[in-house]
Amino acid sequence: MRIPIAALIGLIFTFAYFFIAIFAPWIAPYGMAEVVSRDVWLPPSSEFLLGTDNLGRDLLSRMIYGGRTTIFIATAATILSFTTGSILGFLAAVLGGWADQAMSRFVDLIMSIPSLIFALVVLSVMPVTVPVLIVVMGLLDSTRVYRLARAVAVDINVMDYVEAAKLRGEGRGWIIFREILPNALSPLIAEMGLRFIFMVLFVSTLSFLGLGVQPPQADWGGIVKENADGIVYGIGAALYPAVAIATLAISVNLVADWILNRTTSLKGGRG
Amino acid sequence: MSLLVKLLAQRIALGLLLLFLVSILIFAGTIILPGDVAQQILGQSATPEALANMRRDLGLNDPPIKRYFSWLGGLVQGDLGTSLTSGKDIAESIGKRLGNTLFLAFWAAIISVPLAILLGLIAVRYRERWPDKLISAVTLASISVPEFLIAYVAIFFVSVRLRWAPSVTTINDSMSLSEKLHTISLPIAVLTLVVLAHMMRMTRAAILNVMQSAYIETAELKGLRTFTIIWKHAFPNSIAPVVNVVMLNLAYLVVGVVVIEVVFTYPGMGQFLVDHVSKRDIPVVQACGLIFAAVYIGLNMVADIVSIVANPRLRHPK
Amino acid sequence: MSDKLLKVQNLKIGATVYPPGEKPHDIEIVHGVSFEVEKGKVLGLIGESGAGKSTIGLASMAYGRGGVKITGGEVWVNGRDILKTTNSDVRALRGGEVTYVSQSAAASFNPAKKIMDQVTEAAILQGKFSKKEAERRAVELFQKLGLPDPENIGNRYPHQVSGGQLQRCMTALALCPEPDLVVFDEPTTALDVTTQIDVLMAIKEAIRDTGVAALYITHDLAVVAQVSDDILVLKMGDMVEYGSVDQIINNPQEEYTKALVSVRSIEHAEKTPTPEPVLKVQNITARYKGTNFDVLKNINVELHPGQTLAVVGESGSGKSTLARVITGLLPQSNGSVHFAGRDLSKDLGGRSKEDLRELQMIYQMADVAMNPRQTVGTIIGRPLEFYFGLRGAEKRKRIVELLDEIEMGEGFIDRYPAELSGGQKQRVCIARALAAKPKMIICDEVTSALDPLVADGILKLLLDLQKVEDVAYLFITHDLATVKAIADSIAVMYQGEVVRYGGKTDVLSPPFDDYTDLLLSSVPEMKLGWLEDVIANRKMESAGN
Repeated sequence: MRIPIAALIGLIFTFAYFFIAIFAPWIAPYGMAEVVSRDVWLPPSSEFLLGTDNLGRDLLSRMIYGGRTTIFIATAATILSFTTGSILGFLAAVLGGWADQAMSRFVDLIMSIPSLIFALVVLSVMPVTVPVLIVVMGLLDSTRVYRLARAVAVDINVMDYVEAAKLRGEGRGWIIFREILPNALSPLIAEMGLRFIFMVLFVSTLSFLGLGVQPPQADWGGIVKENADGIVYGIGAALYPAVAIATLAISVNLVADWILNRTTSLKGGRG
Repeated sequence: MSLLVKLLAQRIALGLLLLFLVSILIFAGTIILPGDVAQQILGQSATPEALANMRRDLGLNDPPIKRYFSWLGGLVQGDLGTSLTSGKDIAESIGKRLGNTLFLAFWAAIISVPLAILLGLIAVRYRERWPDKLISAVTLASISVPEFLIAYVAIFFVSVRLRWAPSVTTINDSMSLSEKLHTISLPIAVLTLVVLAHMMRMTRAAILNVMQSAYIETAELKGLRTFTIIWKHAFPNSIAPVVNVVMLNLAYLVVGVVVIEVVFTYPGMGQFLVDHVSKRDIPVVQACGLIFAAVYIGLNMVADIVSIVANPRLRHPK
Repeated sequence: MSDKLLKVQNLKIGATVYPPGEKPHDIEIVHGVSFEVEKGKVLGLIGESGAGKSTIGLASMAYGRGGVKITGGEVWVNGRDILKTTNSDVRALRGGEVTYVSQSAAASFNPAKKIMDQVTEAAILQGKFSKKEAERRAVELFQKLGLPDPENIGNRYPHQVSGGQLQRCMTALALCPEPDLVVFDEPTTALDVTTQIDVLMAIKEAIRDTGVAALYITHDLAVVAQVSDDILVLKMGDMVEYGSVDQIINNPQEEYTKALVSVRSIEHAEKTPTPEPVLKVQNITARYKGTNFDVLKNINVELHPGQTLAVVGESGSGKSTLARVITGLLPQSNGSVHFAGRDLSKDLGGRSKEDLRELQMIYQMADVAMNPRQTVGTIIGRPLEFYFGLRGAEKRKRIVELLDEIEMGEGFIDRYPAELSGGQKQRVCIARALAAKPKMIICDEVTSALDPLVADGILKLLLDLQKVEDVAYLFITHDLATVKAIADSIAVMYQGEVVRYGGKTDVLSPPFDDYTDLLLSSVPEMKLGWLEDVIANRKMESAGN
């Protein structure tokens, strides 16, 4: 099987990011919060490849540890949002009736408030810790996964092959796991990539607003906030996360596009 | 005609119901969650007296339902309560800032909407050719970066390096419109860029969807010019989906504006909200949250109403 | 060249395909086709799906749909090669000299504009008529095509008229600019059989009265025989046979043409009823949830072991709903279903595994009746495993037996549905139903999505299997030719009721009730002049008007 070049680049970058996130302590030249220089915002040098930050810490190490935090939170929140959203979405589609109505209307309600605004309201009374962030982001985003999973499952549920399985006398488990799930997987996996990107952007935004990951722990949004003051002096330290987030997001996007295209052509949807 | 009126009435009623439910949700979001709110606000070192006072100020000693209805009762009369941290009337503090936010959002919308539609049309006209691919690449890049980073990149290059526009955007009443616009040119540009990307992608998809209809083929087989086909056959059917796209993205603007205001320290609602979330000033957060949600719900409602009105099956029932 | 209106020479057409896992590439779909049409004559283009007939029709307007490109040959219209002319000349050609009627008028009309504006648009923009003249002509055409209220129907929007009416409006649209040639692309295929005949007659008369020439594209030889002067038979982009309608129908030369002409000539003698029916439907009345309208009214039918009951009717007659009631998907509001000596529970949940096993179902669209992620082996093997607990080698042996029975063989066991042809897919569905060793199979329009020759193969297979397995079929269809081919008894349904019921010979012999007469007489026959005879002798107006 041939992988198109764009998808290959996407895959390589995505893997590289996850590799760096997992092995951050071994890769980063200095400690996460270690003050390595008395000079703040030093320009890049052979000693500090990206220079130092607003407190004289090594920016490269901050970026590596920051990636670890951001990617960890985004991954955990994506997993939470996917498990919750897709299980409930499938259930709603298969059960139908009032259970579907109740869940769907509740999701409509949650989605009628922009997620950032809702997150801010909730975070105003919650302690801002990593687990809280993951739960709030994951649950808020599970509404979108729910809608997609339900829509996909409803489409599949009316297919004749599902009816044939029902007429055969198959149980709900077989119908969900053997008939619906294999056919729903590819759109869901492609969506997973997009949700992951959204989580990276979401947690970065919260941290930037001071309501996400708390210092001294590093994360990409926080690095922007910490170094934002340097911008007006022409110091670009705050912009490194932009490059990191953009490349990660674009890579994941390319992979997701590829998965989606591959599966549509499998179904014969394009020829 | 009656069916149309009925559908519209239903949609508006639904919007109001949604707003009511959202007010419950926002209120509940700040009380049901675990933990003692007073403790959260004052921190671990708070004395028992201070906690008791805080609970009284927040009305925490009353049952939640009673508190909700007194809050709602106030809202309906335009009373948003008083701020915990400053002791000021919230409605008064917000009024001015809401105006500023709307001012910013308005100009961003004025620029981005026509631009998005124009670019969407260009992308459709030159589909799969370089203008389409260029537009797609740029939009993909810009939706892959959070708004605040686009803002800083803009400040870094446009404001600091090139010195074309100010990076601090405090505006006040004594400024003329052109002064104000110059001051906020950078936030407008960034917001435009952010909204533009989404709006243009969705506009492209909406128009493309119409252009692939069988009745467009019929028009082509009538020997009509491309321009006539777009104007007389594609356009009337594109209004509803495009307006829908525009409204959905203006709702997106509501979120974007919060972050952009913080970056540019612009004296609007968004910055006010974020500020008071950090201070755990719950009445302010509730009020701001509800206003943002109301705008969002309102825009979605307008989008749906346009789809209903533009649907020929509903306008001309059997 | 100018004596011919349309002259196509060695036309070659290519398309871009996107096979899974491969790079998109170009293939040729029409390989050098030549034909000509004289003024005022009708040429029928006939072939099964993939023959390239629509593509050729559109090429006569210098148009390629989607990724289709004309790669070679010449298309002469009124004395010039339209593949080599200017863009503005092509625009003048389309909608002026040559116009188009599509299969789905519902999709081809712009939903946001009034019918009149769309019908007259080309004539006005091409400068043929003033707005007033064009509208007067449109009204004349509406009248000629038998549309109700011809003066005002143009003021309606497309969704405000019925499918059959809209198809006539589309014909008016094509005729309004007084073209020299009209391309009819399967104009009656989407219509019910009794509506089809009226639209067909309307089109035929309009062609005759206006003296226009036409390309008439269809997969149904019996239909094209009624309207054409000449016929061109196509197969997979190649010309098979080209001749006068009389020669093609009465004296076909090529094997393929002979097969098309003799399609649906299966003979099946009626069997006599047995004392004990396997299925007894008694006083069934049913309605869908949330509606207050009975879609089935007091239905009584019986099916005997090893025999076939054909339930025939048009869309909306309730024939598929009857299948849903029998299978338990739609619980009836009244009446009972008696099956294999016992009463079946109203809803699916209340039926035993044995009930379910003995009553199997085959669907119209084999594509969506099989899970695309399961192999043929899994699809056929699941009922064996589920009902009989077969595993491993035993299961495989039985799967191979079944594959042999449907004339496919072991080689298909690891294939996915997407790798099969339409006929093979339907065969796998038949094997899946047989795997359960049922007493009865409900066949819901199982051949209507297939090309005629493939459909014939499936019907023959079903008849053979009935002899071997002694299984009863409840055969739901709108196609009377299919009914004649395989039924032992027939129930004719109309608006939720059984209007005629009995043995095949009785049901198909006069005297008829009005509806059965209409239905029977509407089935196109492979006979010249059939259309005129039918219209002259009808008792009842068709439902589509």
